[in-house]
Amino acid sequence: MRLLTHNMLSSNVKGVTNGFPLGIEVEKVVEKQVELSADFLINIFSKIEWKALVDASRAVGYAELPDQADASMLDSDEFLRKFHHALLELHLEEGALLCPETGRRFPVNKGIPNMLLHEDEV
Amino acid sequence: MWYLCVFYHRLLDYRKAEVESLAHLFGTFDADDDNYSLEWRLPQHHHSDSPFHFVNLPSEDIARKIANRSILVKGMYELWGEGSSYEELEEAVKRYPEERKLPYLDSGSTFKINVDSFGKVLSFQEQNQRMQSLTYIPFKGRVDLKNPDHKFWLMETDDYGSNNGLPPIVEKRIFFGREIGGADRKLIPTYQLKSRTYLGPTAMDAEMAFLMANQALAMPGKLVYDPFVGTGSIIVAAAHFGAMTMYGLPMPIALLRADNNLPPWRPGLKEVFDAIICDPPYGVRAGGRKSGGRKLLKGVVSPYVVPDDKRRDHIPSTAAYSLVECVHDLLDLAAQMLVMGGRLVFFFPVLREDYVENNFPEHQCFKLISASEQILSSRYSRVLLTMVKISLYTEEIAETARLKHIEFKENHLKWLEDGNLHSAVFSTADSNSNAGSEGKFSKDPKPKYRGKYV
Repeated sequence: MRLLTHNMLSSNVKGVTNGFPLGIEVEKVVEKQVELSADFLINIFSKIEWKALVDASRAVGYAELPDQADASMLDSDEFLRKFHHALLELHLEEGALLCPETGRRFPVNKGIPNMLLHEDEV
Repeated sequence: MWYLCVFYHRLLDYRKAEVESLAHLFGTFDADDDNYSLEWRLPQHHHSDSPFHFVNLPSEDIARKIANRSILVKGMYELWGEGSSYEELEEAVKRYPEERKLPYLDSGSTFKINVDSFGKVLSFQEQNQRMQSLTYIPFKGRVDLKNPDHKFWLMETDDYGSNNGLPPIVEKRIFFGREIGGADRKLIPTYQLKSRTYLGPTAMDAEMAFLMANQALAMPGKLVYDPFVGTGSIIVAAAHFGAMTMYGLPMPIALLRADNNLPPWRPGLKEVFDAIICDPPYGVRAGGRKSGGRKLLKGVVSPYVVPDDKRRDHIPSTAAYSLVECVHDLLDLAAQMLVMGGRLVFFFPVLREDYVENNFPEHQCFKLISASEQILSSRYSRVLLTMVKISLYTEEIAETARLKHIEFKENHLKWLEDGNLHSAVFSTADSNSNAGSEGKFSKDPKPKYRGKYV
């Protein structure tokens, strides 16, 4: 599961007011190279919750992202590379996502998070 | 400029829609144009189901791009002449401006002439004879049958007898044109389902998946989402055209196990996807499921909590997900998550005897730009709907959707019965024959060509 996906997900357990961002429990992280597409990064930047991305990348062991970011930084190749690496090249293969309010674990297996809710959470 | 567009004679409803979507993709329409359709004309003596159509496109470059990326365009041609007889054709070709012809006839180039007929096989001799009649065209180049610079086509269409099982052609009509481009049909055997390592029961076949990807304008740099991804048969086609989501294609950006009825997207997340392409469960061969045990929703069993020691590997029970609710959720998701101008492309099943054109799902954020029917059996067909997002997702819309979601939950039983396609499709013939003696269908039955629906 890439951090791009993590940035879009929240816990939707019944009764939860703010299920975003999900905490990350790391068991196995893998780095997979992907070709950098500046157009894609520039487009997606405005949809990203930056703080959540920074925290998530630190949780999986990457500390290079700046704490704050704004659109002007997209002009820098250096920044684009770091952004690209954090967003698309770090994969949580095994672990879990944790609801910030209830602590509910959403398991991640083989890179696929399972967000299905149990009967009492619907 | 008007071009002759000759289609493959299949999936008739899908042909023009594909060309129009590709025209949009390659920049035919202005950004703020509300128009998504092209001008089409039928050749004289031809029926609208015929493969031959004239289409107005802004340039040869765009015409070529459309033809080459399409799946159903057999050829796009610059028409040099047409007529009801070879004499008329000769006059027309002679009248066609020299400056349009000469660049393709020069001595430094190679060429080939193809003779084709629609609805009849011409023997080698007959083809040669027709080719010989073209001596009035000053071809100066060399003939190359394998890989010519320019390909010319002489196409004859005629009333070869109404029993030939093809769309009727009232009188002979002959066309002569220079080929600009055509579909790469080799994509289909390359991606065909039967050579895949793993398949699901409802995997989309390659040809249709490519049509869907074209309808959604998949291209490099776009983010495409399939909420009912299954074995990924649709996103494979989108990935082929470069959109992000075996075959040496990049792996999908993300795979996720979630319930579309209770989506896990963070609140405030919107306008992220450029296109949503999917084939939702119709509830006929493979029904959809949503979270929440069916017994719970029906009230047979009171709410329970799964004990902690069993939670880790608990597989949550699910309930039937009716088509109506599924489509409602899909439209709500699409309205929220698509960028403005983004496309929602999905299949919607219809009972053939109830099929009325304007009975499709609607949503105020969307404009329906095409609906193409594919007949699946005598009872039902599926229609590929293409919708474009034309207005923003507001708080009000979100609230209406939320209330509707609750309504579905409270009336779980009702929605299982209403609009239940499964029973209508699989009921025995007796219970379905309440139509009059005039015929089974209230609208004109779709014509069959050579015994098949195309």
